[in-house]
Formats: sequence, structure tokens, C-alpha cells
Amino acid sequence: MKAVAKQEVQLKEELGTGADLLIKALVDAKVEKVFGYPGGAVLPIYDAMFRHEFPFEHILFRHEQGTIHAAEGYARVTGKPGVVIATSGPGATNLITGITDAMMDSLPLVIFTGQVGQSVIGTDAFQEADVMGLTTPITKYNYQVQNIADLPRIVNEAFHIATTGRPGPVLIDIPKNISAGATDGEYDNSFEVPGYQPTVNPNPMQIRKLANALSQSKKPVLLAGAGVTIADASDELTAFAEKYQLPVVNTLLGLGSFPGSHPLSLGMGGMHGTYTANMAIYEADLLINIGARFDDRLTGKISSFAPEAKVAHIDIDPAEIGKNITTEIPVVADAKRALLALLNGELNGPDNKEWLEKLEANKKEYPLWYDHSDELISPQWLIEQIHQASKGEAIVATDVGQHQMWAAQFYHFNKPHNWITSGGLGTMGFGLPAAIGAQIGRPDDTVISILGDGGVQMTIQELAVMNDLNLPVKVFIVNNEALGMVRQWQEKFHGERYSSSLLTKNPDFLKIAEGYGIRGIKVDKEKDVPAVLEDIFSYDGPVVVDCRISWKEKVFPMIAPGKGINEMIGVTR
Amino acid sequence: MKRIITCTVQDRGGVLNRITGMFYKRQFNIESITVGVSEIEGLSKMTFVVEISDDQKLEQLTKQLNKQIDVIKVSDITDKAIVARELALVKVNAGNQSRAEIQGIITPFRGTVIDVSKDTLTIQVTGKSDKVDALISLLKPYGIKEISRTGVTALLRGQQSSQQVVEVNSFPV
Ligand SMILES: Cc1cc2nc3c(=O)[nH]c(=O)nc-3n(C[C@H](O)[C@H](O)[C@H](O)COP(=O)(O)OP(=O)(O)OC[C@H]3O[C@@H](n4cnc5c(N)ncnc54)[C@H](O)[C@@H]3O)c2cc1C
Ligand SMILES: Cc1ncc(C[n+]2csc(CCOP(=O)(O)OP(=O)(O)O)c2C)c(N)n1
Repeated sequence: MKAVAKQEVQLKEELGTGADLLIKALVDAKVEKVFGYPGGAVLPIYDAMFRHEFPFEHILFRHEQGTIHAAEGYARVTGKPGVVIATSGPGATNLITGITDAMMDSLPLVIFTGQVGQSVIGTDAFQEADVMGLTTPITKYNYQVQNIADLPRIVNEAFHIATTGRPGPVLIDIPKNISAGATDGEYDNSFEVPGYQPTVNPNPMQIRKLANALSQSKKPVLLAGAGVTIADASDELTAFAEKYQLPVVNTLLGLGSFPGSHPLSLGMGGMHGTYTANMAIYEADLLINIGARFDDRLTGKISSFAPEAKVAHIDIDPAEIGKNITTEIPVVADAKRALLALLNGELNGPDNKEWLEKLEANKKEYPLWYDHSDELISPQWLIEQIHQASKGEAIVATDVGQHQMWAAQFYHFNKPHNWITSGGLGTMGFGLPAAIGAQIGRPDDTVISILGDGGVQMTIQELAVMNDLNLPVKVFIVNNEALGMVRQWQEKFHGERYSSSLLTKNPDFLKIAEGYGIRGIKVDKEKDVPAVLEDIFSYDGPVVVDCRISWKEKVFPMIAPGKGINEMIGVTR
Repeated sequence: MKRIITCTVQDRGGVLNRITGMFYKRQFNIESITVGVSEIEGLSKMTFVVEISDDQKLEQLTKQLNKQIDVIKVSDITDKAIVARELALVKVNAGNQSRAEIQGIITPFRGTVIDVSKDTLTIQVTGKSDKVDALISLLKPYGIKEISRTGVTALLRGQQSSQQVVEVNSFPV
């Protein structure tokens, strides 16, 4: 299908081994950064990189989990595929969490794992793991290379599959005798995947149906998910919303696909969304989902989700349509193409003035709220301060927990590709390496990492990479001396029995930072925050800020588990 | 309801694992599965019999199958005009006295005896699953020692596919 023209790549060496073919294939795929960790089964590949004098940059992390979350962060903010290399056995198994995370959140990754030599596969050889078996359910596709000559084709095909349609992780398992083996000098990377032809153009009849439904609607709502950002369709979404004055709810992963400070923005919907967003969905007569997969953290109890609404769903993956929510108007398409078709069509706008007034009144009456903490820092206020100090333009990567929700609620994202968080899998340990990957992908932008004191300890060793490359990531540990999100649920739903959720003997994070050669600052009073922020945002290097907040802080409002989107608690004080 | 779903897939390593893994992950229950080469080189044909509760789940299953990179075509042929067959081998206790009786039972089913030992007969029967079931239940009283069934494989009838289908064994009247 796609025979990439043989372009002349200036490689330093002949294409003598399988590993050389791989290097050329990566150069052909325009790979600029590789996130990796060496080991026996990938030694030929590491040697080839060295011999070819690194035609792309290789960044050594301190744990394979770090490499893959960094690749995810890189992919999120650049839109390019993240490339990972790890060795066989334990190297490969250390990637499992990250691969699953990328699969859940539709991130394009191409992952290379070493494998034992073909002659011993299946014998429980040293550092052998059944990587194909392990990763089949968590990859969009995976390969084990059987012949050296197949390498260029497989690599080219893998990049195609990872980055087109609904993006996802693709893994290539390379036995050591393949990477070390001699080639006959041939390089053919043409491929065919007849079973894989994503639909990108919307069916005009479905678009007309959607347009008709819109013109008859009195209470329309747009739900914008990560698919809008993936499709680079933020401008089209904004134009569409403005043209017909349609209010917009974002999913957690859709934040930034529509400007958070736009008057038509209702904020995030779902478990920790705004009252206005959730009630808009509850009362809507037409819900147009663009690139969101109706995750249960968004929908709450299904029977209370958009009970009055006709549902339209624009998604590039047909299997997402009708999976969780009955859908009257399915539109299988790339979000950008569908939005362009809607923008270009003739359509009488809906008569929704009253609706907008009602939503506006809700916004005024039920905004997100918080109280100032007496002694320590209030986390919501802290996020607002970080927003101000970074002019709302920073790339923000979070870990998982309360701090993640506060960041989502209070850092009003106005631009796409600036928000990195683990949504579907909710992977603690994600935030620090993801921020590092983002900074590597966008060296000129400000990158902020907002972490919990629990999650940071899962991948804290990657501070070494920040120091190695002098990456000016600003790390904020929102330190409540607890596994806050778990503690909050125990307080609310388990009779305040804090079973294994308090971290009363945390390490000294400043000393840890220092140990890695990184500046550390501790701040525990609100009055000191502005000066600290001014200091670190004018400092061109990595920094770790240990921000002390009360362990009693909670994320509100919220939908309790099993409840409907109309049953939020903590909407007001 | 039972559905018969066929899948044309690219013959690549791990394809069966990937597809059956999806069934398991998404909680679909495979009753039987047959896999074999198709009329085109490099393509295999899979036939699944699946117990599915409602239309929404059925739609999900066909969509999830279509989503697989190696899958070229998915058809739910349950409600189409099809020929669907399976083959069963049944080893049944048979002393001297019962042999003739058993022969009498299997004849209307067009079953054939393909192996004989001192006290067993092995019978081969081909047909729709209910026919196979019916024969097995008639043989039960004699004592069944072993059964091996292939699961259903199926094709659209006549003009509906490029393939010329000739029906062989039909259910006895
Ligand atoms: C502690 C915690 C709390 C959470 N609370 C909330 C919450 O309150 N609210 C909330 O919304 N989420 C919440 N989440 C996240 C939630 O679990 C889901 O990850 C999130 O809702 C998914 O958002 P999404 O559907 O927009 O993105 P994804 O899951 O990434 O789905 C993207 C969709 O877009 C489609 N797509 C991809 N490319 C294109 C394209 N080019 N064109 C069209 N479509 C495309 C995909 O097929 C997919 O269906 C929470 C997570 C955690 C860890
Ligand atoms: C790898 C992993 N293990 C466990 C969990 C369950 N979990 C979700 S949030 C949370 C607490 C996180 O605590 P912390 O990192 O301190 O952040 P906080 O909620 O306090 O902001 C836990 C344990 C998870 N999401 N990921």
C-alpha cells in the first residue's frame, strides 16, 4: 500500500546486520528521540546505534517504566509516536503498565523489545518471557520478527498502525539472532494491511441527520474528548461551537481541546466535573459526543446519563459507538473531517437562548469552590497560583489522585496538547516521567509536573534523567502525607477507617532532590507561595517543590460510586 | 441466542490468540470455533458459534472483530441461508448383541462406522449440530466412551457467495 520511496539516509555504516536495518528503518520513520534501557538481548541494537553515531537521540532512563511513560508524554504533546527500546524478559515486563496505559488512552507508541535467540525461544531460556502472549491484549498490534529481511517492512507498518486511525501502542519483539544476524543488504519496507482501513470521512447522510437534530434541538450540548485533540480539531470545534452557540463539556482527557476560559465552556463533566457540566448532560435534549468514549468515570450510572437526550457520537473507532451508551446518530469519522462537514453544511442553528441562560445561571450559582486552609496551603488555590505564574500556557503533567483532579479543575487549559494525565488506567508513577518526555519533545515550553507524595515515589528515580539532561521541569509534590484519593474514599465511604493510606513517614523530598543534583524547595505557607513561584519560573533548571497541604483536603464536587450524574455531592460548601 | 459468525483473517502468527483473547477480554462466550485455510492463499477462515444475549452485544462483537488488524471480513450469517455442518466421532460400547441395533440407529443419520474393536464401535456423523446431538443422545444408553466434535463450520448457500456450495448430508426426515 505504502511503498516509501527509498531515500538516501546518511548512515555511518553499511547495513550489515539486522540491527543496522532497524536503525535505518527508524531514521526513515523520522524518529528523533528514543527512550530506552539496554540489556543483553538488545545489545546488537545498542551497538548499532553507537556505530551509527546516534542518528536520533537515545535517552537512558532509570527504569523501563520511566521510558514508556516518557514516550507517552512525548506523544501527547508532540502528536508524534513515542519510541521505546527495552531488553527481553524483565525489561519487557517492566513495560507492561505503560503499554496498557497507552492502549487505554490511545497514545501512539512503537515499542521494541529484545527477545532470546530463535533457536531457544520456548525453552525458558535466560531472560525469556512470552512477550507476544503478554502484550497481545494490551497492544493495537504486535509482531515477532521471524526473518531479518522483514524488519524494514514491519517497522514501517508498525509506525503506520500506531499513528493512524485510533492511535495505540504497537510492539515489535526482536530475537537476538535477528538483530545480530547478517543481512543480504536488501532493504524493502513496502507493506500491505488489507484488514486495516480506518474510516476518516463521515457519511454525508449521517452528517445531515446530525444537522437536522441540531436545528430541532432546544438544549444541545457538545461533549469534547481526547479524540478532538488527537484529530487536531480544536479550531474547528471552537468555530462550530461559536457558530451555533453550543455549550461544551470536556472529558478529563479532552481538557484543552476547547478553551477552558471560553464563555461556552462548562468545564469538565463526570465524577469530579462541574455541577453545570453534569446537569447540562442530564437535561440536554441533544448530546453530541466528539471523540470521547463514554468512560464510566464520565457517565456515572448509565440510566441517569443524558436520559432526555438524543445521542450523536462522532468517533474514528466504530466499536466505541454504542458500546456504553445507546446512540441514535453514529458518525464514524475523524473528528476534524466531521466538524468541517458540519461547519460547511447548511443548517439552521438551534433555538437555545433560554438554555444558555440557564447554564450561565448555573455557572454563577454553582462554581467550583474551596476554602483556605488555616495553616497549610490549600491545594486548589495552589493550582490557581501555578496557573497564573505560568500564564496558563504551560504543559502540565500529573500523576493520579486528588492532585490530578485539582489540576484538572483549576488549571484552565486553553490550548490542546498541553495536558498530560493518565485517564483510563489511572497509573500512579506516570506523572514524573511523562513530564520528562514532554520536555524532551517540546524543549522550549514550560513543563510542570504536579504529583502526589505517594505517586512520585513510584518513579522518583527518573529525577536522574532531569539532572542528566538539565531539563527545566518544575515538579510540584502536593504533599498531604497520604494516599489522598484513597483516604478520601475511606473517609466518605468506609467510615473513616484509614486502612494503609497514611504516609506519615515520608522521606525528605528535598534531600532526595539534592541527592539527584536538583534544587529542592519546601513551602508550607500560602504567603510564601508567590515568591517561590516567581523564583522557580525564572530559574532555568529542574526544581522540586515540596508543597505541604492538609491531609484532610478533599476533591469536590463528586459523584459517589454507582450514583447518577445528577446526584453530585459537595456542590456547595 | 446462538449466532454463527465467520471471519476471514490474514494468516499471521498469533492471529488466533489475538482473536480468542478479545473474546475472553470482552466476555463473549465461544461455544465452538473452527479454523482452516480459505480458498485464497494467505487467508484463513474462522467460524465461531457464540451465545449472545442481545443485539447490542452482538453489534459489539462484530465491531470488535472488525477492529482487529488481521481481520478482513466479518459476517454474521445466522439469519442468512446457510449450510452449517459439524463432524463428530463417537466411540460407543458395543458388544456382539448391540452392534446390529446401533447400526440401525445410525443409518437414518447417515452415520458410518469407521472403526471396530472387540467391544466398541467408532461412528462418524456429519450434519447440523442438532442432528449430531440427536444421534449422540440415542447412543447414550449403550455407554459412550469418547466424543470428539469439530464445532460448526458454515458457508452461505449458492449464489450468495462466489463459492459453489453443494449440500451433502441432509437431516433425515
Ligand atoms: C482519579 C480519576 C478520576 C477521573 N475522573 C474523571 C471525571 O471526573 N471525568 C472524566 O471525564 N474523566 C475522568 N477520569 C478519566 C476517565 O477514566 C477517562 O480516561 C476519560 O473520561 C476518557 O476521556 P476521553 O473519552 O475523552 O478520552 P479517550 O479515552 O482517550 O478516548 C478518546 C476517544 O476518541 C476517539 N478518537 C481517537 N482519535 C480520533 C479522531 N481522530 N477522531 C475522532 N475520534 C477519535 C477514540 O476512538 C476514543 O473513543 C478520571 C480518571 C482518574 C484516574
Ligand atoms: C499503580 C497504582 N496503584 C494504586 C492506585 C490506586 N490509587 C489511586 S489514587 C491513589 C492515591 C494517590 O496518592 P498520592 O500519589 O499521594 O496522590 P493524592 O491523591 O494524595 O493527591 C491510589 C493509591 C493507582 N491508581 N495506581
